[in-house]
Amino acid sequence: MPMVHEDQDRHKGFTRRILMLSCGKAALLSALVGRMYYLQVIEAEKYKTLAEDNRVNLRLLPPRRGNILDRFGVEVANNQQNFRVVVVKEQTPDLMATLDALAKLIKLSEHDYKRILRDVKRKRGFVPVTVKDNLSWDQVSSIEVNSADLPGASIEVGETRFYPYGADMSHILGYVAAVSEKELTGDPLLELPGFRIGKSGIEKYHDNDMRGQAGTSEFEVNAYGRVIRELARNEGGSGREMILTVDAGLQTFVQQRLMSELSAASVVIDIQNGDVLAMGSVPGYDPSAFNLGLSSKQWNGLINNPYTPLSNKAISGTYAPGSTFKMIVALAAMKEGIGALSHTAYCPGFMKLGNARFHCWKRGGHGNVNMIEGLQHSCDVYFYDVARRIGVDKIAEMANKFGLGEKVGIDLPGERSGVIPTKAWKEANIGEPWQGGETLVTSIGQGFVLATPLQLGVMVARIAAGGKKVIPRLARGYREGEKTVAYPVPEFEDLGIPSEHMKMIFQGMDAVSNNPRGTAYKYRIKDEGWELAGKTGTAQVRRITLAERQAGVFKNEDLPWRRRDHGLFVAYAPVDNPRYACAVVVEHGSGSKSAAPIARDILRETQRRDPANTPAVPLQHTAEATNTADEV
Amino acid sequence: MGQQPHYLGRHNPEITLGQKLWQLNWGMIILICMIASIGLGMLYSAANASFDPWASRQAIRFALGFVFMIVVALVDIRFWFRVSYLFYFGALILLVGVEVMGSIGMGAQRWIDLKFIQLQPSELMKVAIVFALARYFHGVSQEDIGRISFLIIPLAMVIAPSVLVLRQPDLGTTGMLVMASGAVFFCAGVRLWKFAIVVLSGLAAIPIGWQFLHTYQKNRVLIFLNPEQDPLGTGYHIHQSKIAFGSGGVFGKGFLQGSQSHLNFLPEKQTDFIFTMLAEEFGLVGGLVLLGLYVLLMVYGLAISLRARNQFGRLLAIGLTFNLFLYVFINIAMIMGLVPVVGVPLPLISYGGTVMLTVMVGLGLVMSVWLHRDIKISRHGVHDE
Repeated sequence: MPMVHEDQDRHKGFTRRILMLSCGKAALLSALVGRMYYLQVIEAEKYKTLAEDNRVNLRLLPPRRGNILDRFGVEVANNQQNFRVVVVKEQTPDLMATLDALAKLIKLSEHDYKRILRDVKRKRGFVPVTVKDNLSWDQVSSIEVNSADLPGASIEVGETRFYPYGADMSHILGYVAAVSEKELTGDPLLELPGFRIGKSGIEKYHDNDMRGQAGTSEFEVNAYGRVIRELARNEGGSGREMILTVDAGLQTFVQQRLMSELSAASVVIDIQNGDVLAMGSVPGYDPSAFNLGLSSKQWNGLINNPYTPLSNKAISGTYAPGSTFKMIVALAAMKEGIGALSHTAYCPGFMKLGNARFHCWKRGGHGNVNMIEGLQHSCDVYFYDVARRIGVDKIAEMANKFGLGEKVGIDLPGERSGVIPTKAWKEANIGEPWQGGETLVTSIGQGFVLATPLQLGVMVARIAAGGKKVIPRLARGYREGEKTVAYPVPEFEDLGIPSEHMKMIFQGMDAVSNNPRGTAYKYRIKDEGWELAGKTGTAQVRRITLAERQAGVFKNEDLPWRRRDHGLFVAYAPVDNPRYACAVVVEHGSGSKSAAPIARDILRETQRRDPANTPAVPLQHTAEATNTADEV
Repeated sequence: MGQQPHYLGRHNPEITLGQKLWQLNWGMIILICMIASIGLGMLYSAANASFDPWASRQAIRFALGFVFMIVVALVDIRFWFRVSYLFYFGALILLVGVEVMGSIGMGAQRWIDLKFIQLQPSELMKVAIVFALARYFHGVSQEDIGRISFLIIPLAMVIAPSVLVLRQPDLGTTGMLVMASGAVFFCAGVRLWKFAIVVLSGLAAIPIGWQFLHTYQKNRVLIFLNPEQDPLGTGYHIHQSKIAFGSGGVFGKGFLQGSQSHLNFLPEKQTDFIFTMLAEEFGLVGGLVLLGLYVLLMVYGLAISLRARNQFGRLLAIGLTFNLFLYVFINIAMIMGLVPVVGVPLPLISYGGTVMLTVMVGLGLVMSVWLHRDIKISRHGVHDE
């Protein structure tokens, strides 16, 4: 049976080979099992992490920016719902048809079309693209009514910063706008599209307080980045609500009153606690416009405006204080032993120093004047006389005490320090020795002397407070949820001025306004008990030439605006029991007669409203604040 | 022919249809149904808990394939013996057909559209080559196998389709054809040193073959050699597959809970990467269970080949079983990054008609070998009972 034998042999060989083959298979399958074990047991944690990274996306939720309230709780900056219409390409059968239908309801320019189509192309099909922002309620409702004809279009609600007082509060509040490249700090919140931060004013100074804590949202995404569902959400916290010292009503009045001039600034300060009740700067601008985005035309208009609407002149405009500086010179003189009543100077209309003549503003002169009369008439020669006796450094020392020559520390960005010259200052900054004549010029607040309206306001507040170092502030405190916190008001340091000296200044300023022969008698407050005490100031912005002086009359009104004198007025009220201090600067206002009536109207309105004695938003004093002075 | 040795089992190899049905490998059929059910479950999951579009259609294909398998199993093995060359040449003609159509039409075409199924001749060839080689070696005596001249014809039978498939270009299928053929050669008793020569010359040919590879194929090999080089580009598939696989852990994330698969990080999850999805949702345990089912199926195939009394049946069973092994091994090794990415599906599980059909036909043939295990076939094809 060869066949069978052969078959048996073949079968044996076959079996052997099959065994070998099976061993090979088994080895390969073991390799598979080993690999499975490696991936799913040994490396499992690594791959689990990678898988989570794959699918979970973290998104920041922008916090709600804190509102800004005035001292009485009136909202002066808040967040308004902003309706916008968006399209989702995936949900439109024909994008152009939807856009054309939308264009019939809301105006869409050629430019809008281009931008929308560009965005649609750039983003994935399920990402909404903004068609138009800031829709009016009418537009929103017309889109909603026609939604059947607008496949893929929908209304979304966002938040926009809104300033109910518009330009009237623009310089205090500042504005918010998109984060610029330079402002990125690595905080991912700043990188959110559409996130806005404070760019000036309170919005900038207290930006971190009002910004709040970003929330987070964990999303599950698929391989194409489409959001499948939300896994976890942490709402974060709204920003603090800032409560200002400003009285929005008074602020509006001040700003409107200043509008009688082309370019002017003013501050009103509560002398007891330094609360800035109003801070005006004209012209203003609409802060909301920055949030919505300015056109380059609007921007250039703001930038090139000769009256500098973007600058808060109350803190960043510096002006020669003119005669408003004379109280400082008077205080310095008294400190050096010059008797206010005992010392007199004869004013023939000028003073001669060497070969130079230093003129008084009154051509005929004032005759014999003492300090009070010197203030009342604003006699330049009297102050030339005392300044020559005490020297510029003594004047500067006193000026510094009253807040001039250095920043007063208001809680706003962009404050400037002004200039109070000394001999050393001139050596250091100009590199020339001090000239005697410069002391005389300094004594009437001209020459190198520069001060901001706020500094002048602080100066007069410190005078009115009887020589206390009043420090101004714009924020009273904040509200965070249920918690309210008051910023402490420090006990104002005494400047060490003898009260007799202060009394002389009070008398002088009283006489300016309430003595029929005072320089500002015309602009007094006639209401019983509301009378103000003030000081006029005129700051030349050019040199009066000899020829002009000889020609006699030169009318400021005949000069171009830029060459007219600045008008200044500082005042406090009521005269017997001072509470409010005010400074007004009118750029090129042709002298103090422009500023004095404004200051009078402001102080009159201030006392009529009497914000210092009206209950403000109650705030809790913090632990460290309990030892400090109460703020009424 | 006198007495038969007792160890060969039944005395009468001829059995009736009823007996055949009774003797069908029900254990094997249950295994096949279990694996296919797992496949349908995974396709249901791949479509995000939906029978459409994959699971429902795959179920219909499985049902058709199942009937086909039983019919193939019941047909007498001598019929299959007779038609084996016919089957081979048919598949070869179809391969030439797609080659010609491909060169006329659009680039790399691998299938013929038969409307109800897109027939891939290269898949048919995986069965046909084993068929043809089994028939050939059945007719060659032990001594003749030692002669090189007797190896020329079977080598030509392997090389012809391999070259055609390589031109498609389908590296994975070519590899499977060559390796399955090699297994048949091996079990037929070809000397081991001859295999050594083939393997060594194959290695020597690698630098030459590299030139002929397409860029994407070169990339696949480079990615395999250095998987971290470009995780978002060409390495994306295998990188994501390993993440999904590894993140499954020991017990998996649960049915329908495979985040990587359902969020589409895992590519081709219904076809080549379906095992990754299974591993993500059922973990190491699930993977091992499926692998175990396959191993049992292969053990059945081995047992049948050992039990068969005719060389044709033995070689057919061993070749087809090895084919099944190759599918499983290459697919799973690929998705775990052990071998380069090649388009080899997971039998009975991956979505696809031709593979389902060829695998079930192959299993039907193995069962046919079992049912006709005692039938003797003469060297030259005539049964000698």
